[in-house]
Amino acid sequence: MTAFNTPATTSSVLDYLAKQEKKSLLRFMTCGSVDDGKSTLIGRLLYDSKLLFDDQLAAIKRDTKRRNASQNDIDFALLIDGLEAEREQGITIDVAYRFFATSRRKFIVADAPGHEEYTRNMVTAASTAALAVVLVDSRKGILRQTRRHSFIASLLGVRHVLLAVNKIDLVGFDRRVFDTIVADYKEFARNLGFQTITPIPISARFGDNMTNRSTNMPWYTGPTLLEHLETIAIEDETADAPFRFPVQLVLRPNLDFRGFAGQVASGSIAVGDPVAVAKSGQVSKIKEIVTYDGNLPRAIEGQSVTLVLEDELEVSRGNMLVPPEDRPHVADQFMAHVIWLHPDPMLPGRSYILRTEVDSVSATITSLKHQIDVNTFAEEAAKSLRMNEIGVCNLSTQAPIAFDSYRTNRATGNFVLIDRFTNATVGAGMIDFPLRRALNVHWQALDINKNARAALNHQTPRVLWFTGFSGSGKSTIANIVEKMLHSKGKHTFLLDGDNVRHGLNRDLGFTEEDRVENIRRVAEVAKLMTEAGLIVLVSFISPFRSERRMAREMFASGEFIEIFVDTPIEECARRDPKGLYKKALAGEIRNFTGISSPYERPETPEIHLHTVGQEVTTLASEIEDYLGEQ
Amino acid sequence: MSLTHLQRLEAEAIHIFREVAATFSKPVMLYSIGKDSSVMLHLARKAFYPGKPPFPFLHVDTTWKFREMIEFRDRTAADLGIDLIVHINHDGVEQKINPFTHGSNVHTHVMKTVALRQALDKYGFDAAFGGARRDEEKSRAKERIFSFRNSQHAWDPKNQRPEMWKSYNTRVGPSETIRVFPLSNWTELDIWQYILKENIPIVPLYFAARRPVVERDGMLIMVDDDRMPLHDDEKVEERMVRFRTLGCYPLTAAVESSATTLQDIVREMLTARTSERHGRLIDADEAASMERKKREGYF
Repeated sequence: MTAFNTPATTSSVLDYLAKQEKKSLLRFMTCGSVDDGKSTLIGRLLYDSKLLFDDQLAAIKRDTKRRNASQNDIDFALLIDGLEAEREQGITIDVAYRFFATSRRKFIVADAPGHEEYTRNMVTAASTAALAVVLVDSRKGILRQTRRHSFIASLLGVRHVLLAVNKIDLVGFDRRVFDTIVADYKEFARNLGFQTITPIPISARFGDNMTNRSTNMPWYTGPTLLEHLETIAIEDETADAPFRFPVQLVLRPNLDFRGFAGQVASGSIAVGDPVAVAKSGQVSKIKEIVTYDGNLPRAIEGQSVTLVLEDELEVSRGNMLVPPEDRPHVADQFMAHVIWLHPDPMLPGRSYILRTEVDSVSATITSLKHQIDVNTFAEEAAKSLRMNEIGVCNLSTQAPIAFDSYRTNRATGNFVLIDRFTNATVGAGMIDFPLRRALNVHWQALDINKNARAALNHQTPRVLWFTGFSGSGKSTIANIVEKMLHSKGKHTFLLDGDNVRHGLNRDLGFTEEDRVENIRRVAEVAKLMTEAGLIVLVSFISPFRSERRMAREMFASGEFIEIFVDTPIEECARRDPKGLYKKALAGEIRNFTGISSPYERPETPEIHLHTVGQEVTTLASEIEDYLGEQ
Repeated sequence: MSLTHLQRLEAEAIHIFREVAATFSKPVMLYSIGKDSSVMLHLARKAFYPGKPPFPFLHVDTTWKFREMIEFRDRTAADLGIDLIVHINHDGVEQKINPFTHGSNVHTHVMKTVALRQALDKYGFDAAFGGARRDEEKSRAKERIFSFRNSQHAWDPKNQRPEMWKSYNTRVGPSETIRVFPLSNWTELDIWQYILKENIPIVPLYFAARRPVVERDGMLIMVDDDRMPLHDDEKVEERMVRFRTLGCYPLTAAVESSATTLQDIVREMLTARTSERHGRLIDADEAASMERKKREGYF
């Protein structure tokens, strides 16, 4: 496959392979705006390195002709753009990974899309790249996408940039054009933290300064693109970092063996070394480093091994083995940069699944501190993040996680956010630091607890959560249920949506963000009241599944009872007790649930009340019966 | 000291195997008997040592595989004591679907793609390992390592989950699945180099030997049994051939070769001027044929 140093005889094959084995690996990405020529650049690299097979060449020659009969050279982009939609539209949609080797190095290239809509795929490519080839069209200079991609690459920890000033043939190989673009780029990238920026004038289409030095630009004396890729020193930062071993799973094939399987994220460890369990702080020593190929004296960054400890400690997936003297942070509140990747916006207060390499916990964005404008890098106030936007957020997780700051360790400082219902990957996060309040505010253990208070009241604390359209009958039914409970000597409290909005939540409106915060506060209040031993009735439209679920998760199992007051929207609009539907239909109220804002029906409520044709007292009794049976 | 290229690829694959075992309730490994499957099986054994891989192996048998492949499969399963499930689309067998009368497209769709979907549904697997590599083909170059499939087993290439770092999204809803590709970042050369280094057993068809073949449309097709109808102008002749890739015998072209050892094969590959999938007749149907098959659920 590679034309470099091809061995002629069988006997030299082993020598050849031995040399191949010793080569280092460079993972790099290409990025830049649409039409700057990214796919053409990779196609040209493979072609000039004689890495294309005859059948592949024949296929693209044929395809080039088919699309443009007058074109006699090869359209290399056709080699890379593999998806049908890409070939039809002539743009790159998703990351393509290419592999090639020269006599000096092995390469994995991630070709990232230029189109803004597909920024998330660019993030995918940047997360594993050590170097970015940033393409700029000589005729256009630095564009919005150039800045955006450079910023994202920097944010994701890419430390080296090769600035490929492409299509230089179309500006007459003019040195001044090149110099201007280089100066512009260096100016805006000044604060992006790149260790090296290497500008090279090229024509990917015609091969100038790709693998061979161009005769068209005698003024350029630097390396060719391939030379630079082959020789740039990418120091292995993770090898010298403190030892980090995220535990993937516990292997216990029999009663005598208990090992922790994982891949060394950074640093190294030897038999006999002391280790601590990050989350519990317990300390032990490495007894054995087990692999299929025999036990090892030492394991280094990148190796997948199984560690056996001297002592029986409680360690499970999601934890980390670390040096006792150099531990990661363990916290449930931290600040992070978040890139939003999904058409549904990020909402502070909403509950997401946060996934690190091995851990998975519920998490909410407690505050969006600011959004970052990728053109000016200015910090701007924002209430939510839309797709492709970048923000700095405070996050809170349901349980503490072990992490380092992304700056010091890419492997242990990252996370992704996942939507609880669709399971879509909606965000990518890079942790900055734990929050001080998480470090210093510890939970105060109190002697008189919920059970003690509830026992005094002779009742089991509960939350009855009524959800349904405005006018569905939630408050009417809740009111009757409370009266029934009260007459039986139960201690209750009713939280009504409208009433709470007059006080506690009067600063909130009806946008999606505010609705999420509205529910979060009410759930917290209800939680305090159950702690006080009360039966709490909550009557809120609460239109979104994720917020009802967030509320549910704050309570003990069985404590939260979701009651779906199921009245068709037509019936609610007909009743219209507060005259709101009339106004909403006339367009006078924005974001009105059922009319101009969605209502997500509960999928498995504890109690499902079909109200049409039923007496409210019958419906209330249904709830009382449910409580009696519990 | 740092890891070599192959050591990194091995460690990455082991990490992927372990992620699946830790996060899915019913994984399976697709075992196609080829060299990539042999490498995957080897890696799966390494990943869970001193235990065994905590999942079964599934072979979707189109009934048109080379006989030597089936022998190799049964011997491997017996030697290693692995849990092997063989699934055949019996509806297809009843309809006598075959590559000669129905063409490669229909045959592959019914006996491979549909059969695979049947098997995944029947056993309720939520994750399936496949041996696909990104260097094989253009649409594969774009696929994630953890590649989501909806409840209809379909792949939506325009809407793939972003995949950052090694923090994989392993969550699926009811009847949704994930296809997992531990060899995504391996090249054909890496595979052979690893087979050589680790001494991994492979089907003898990869080595050159005298075999009965006919020349058809410029391809050398091996006559593996008497089900293959011959045209009047075709004659079977013994030639020294081997296979770079293995599938259904009527759809897999042989190459003339004298490579009888692993070293010979590697040398031959280093000087090859055609890509590996060149010998796969199903890919040639149309430029985007692999992507279409994958969207329908083909591996």
